[in-house]
Amino acid sequence: MLAKRIIPCLDVRDGKVVKGVNFEGIKEVGDPVECAYEYNLQGADEIVFYDITASHEGRGVILDVVCETAKKVFVPLTVGGGIKTVDDIRNTLRAGADKVSVNSQAVQNPQLIRDGADIFGSQCICVGVDAKAVSPGKWTVYINGGRIDMGLDLIDWVKKCEQLGAGEICLNSIDTDGVRGGFDLPMLKAVVDAVKIPVIASGGAGKLGDFAEAFLETDCSAALAASLFHFHELTVGQVKDDCRSKGIIVR
Amino acid sequence: MIAIIDYGAGNIFSVKNALDYLGLESKLTSEKSDLEAADALILPGVGAFPAAWRKLCESGLVDTIKAQSQVKPFMGICLGMQLLFEKSFEFEECEGLGLVKGYVDKIPDTGLVIPHMGWNKLEYANPCPLFEGLGDNFVYFVHSYQAFCPDGELNAYVEYGGKVPAVVSDGKFVYGCQFHPEKSGKTGLKILENFAGLIGTR
Repeated sequence: MLAKRIIPCLDVRDGKVVKGVNFEGIKEVGDPVECAYEYNLQGADEIVFYDITASHEGRGVILDVVCETAKKVFVPLTVGGGIKTVDDIRNTLRAGADKVSVNSQAVQNPQLIRDGADIFGSQCICVGVDAKAVSPGKWTVYINGGRIDMGLDLIDWVKKCEQLGAGEICLNSIDTDGVRGGFDLPMLKAVVDAVKIPVIASGGAGKLGDFAEAFLETDCSAALAASLFHFHELTVGQVKDDCRSKGIIVR
Repeated sequence: MIAIIDYGAGNIFSVKNALDYLGLESKLTSEKSDLEAADALILPGVGAFPAAWRKLCESGLVDTIKAQSQVKPFMGICLGMQLLFEKSFEFEECEGLGLVKGYVDKIPDTGLVIPHMGWNKLEYANPCPLFEGLGDNFVYFVHSYQAFCPDGELNAYVEYGGKVPAVVSDGKFVYGCQFHPEKSGKTGLKILENFAGLIGTR
């Protein structure tokens, strides 16, 4: 039986970990390599770097971050943000990432998923999806950090991602993101039921029990959080202890 | 020195990073003389079996690998582990190194997600020096094909629909890990350290 994964996410801009609400009032809060190392000690099953560097010239910095992290952190590393082409995927994997996460670019150019999966294998192509409810039981996909509604049905989109060869879906609910009231269980359940590939829950974790709740109420494979871990409100170890006490298999 | 065999198949730098971190001297190489001079060998690999086998053959190292694996510790990782077997049926029937009895074929469809990807728990079958002093026994897997081998060659397996071989050996110098020790946290590093500890033993 596979263990349920707990994944801390680091938002990185110009090589520094940043944190802000809806990309406004962003402040630098640390060195990504050190943060990743700390999460590794806490028992993180995987670490995600989400690069929000705006300029194209700044893109190389995240590759240095991955390269340095891979020298001292021996769990899978994922890089998301700004990956637009097969060459971007190749360069990111070469730097030491095990997976890439594609989001807006995949919506605008779904062929990127197929090309990435064909060349590098499905296991390294994660599709990040931002979605928001339009009515109960119906959601649409957004791009550009949740700013643009593509009018694309969430369930149709995740099924298409799977057909194109995505290895995994990282599902972020815009409705619960930042609210800290728990993961968006109805959305999560709908997506888990629609595809066979693993689904990572993202957006909304605010307290210890939220992770176990997602695993008990849905068949998601992993749960991701950023600020909750970053501001030391919870450690990965505490989350795992809580899951374990509720009969959930974790590493 | 541990020679990490570089035959153009997959990401070999993470294995090198892990050995560097452990303070173990290693070298990425495709030179026959390095394999002969090394104290131990690691055969990594990611991708499809037939393509990797062709690359290994083109490297001209097959005979050297077969000979050296009988006199010093040798570890195959992931596809490198699968290459240890007699043959594979991935896409087409293809010969392997034949250092461990058995063959490689698709993970049987039991309705579970393929590839088998993530952290799974080692269940021990036969004692093995690689297992000394492991803390938790979760290790990281990514694969769609698995080994089918006699019980005698099997040291550890994981449950994924059925028993999936995780660690195999020939009972002498040859070991294979289906998972990625270089991506399996502390447990994986300990397995690599235990492997290095076999240097000089008989």
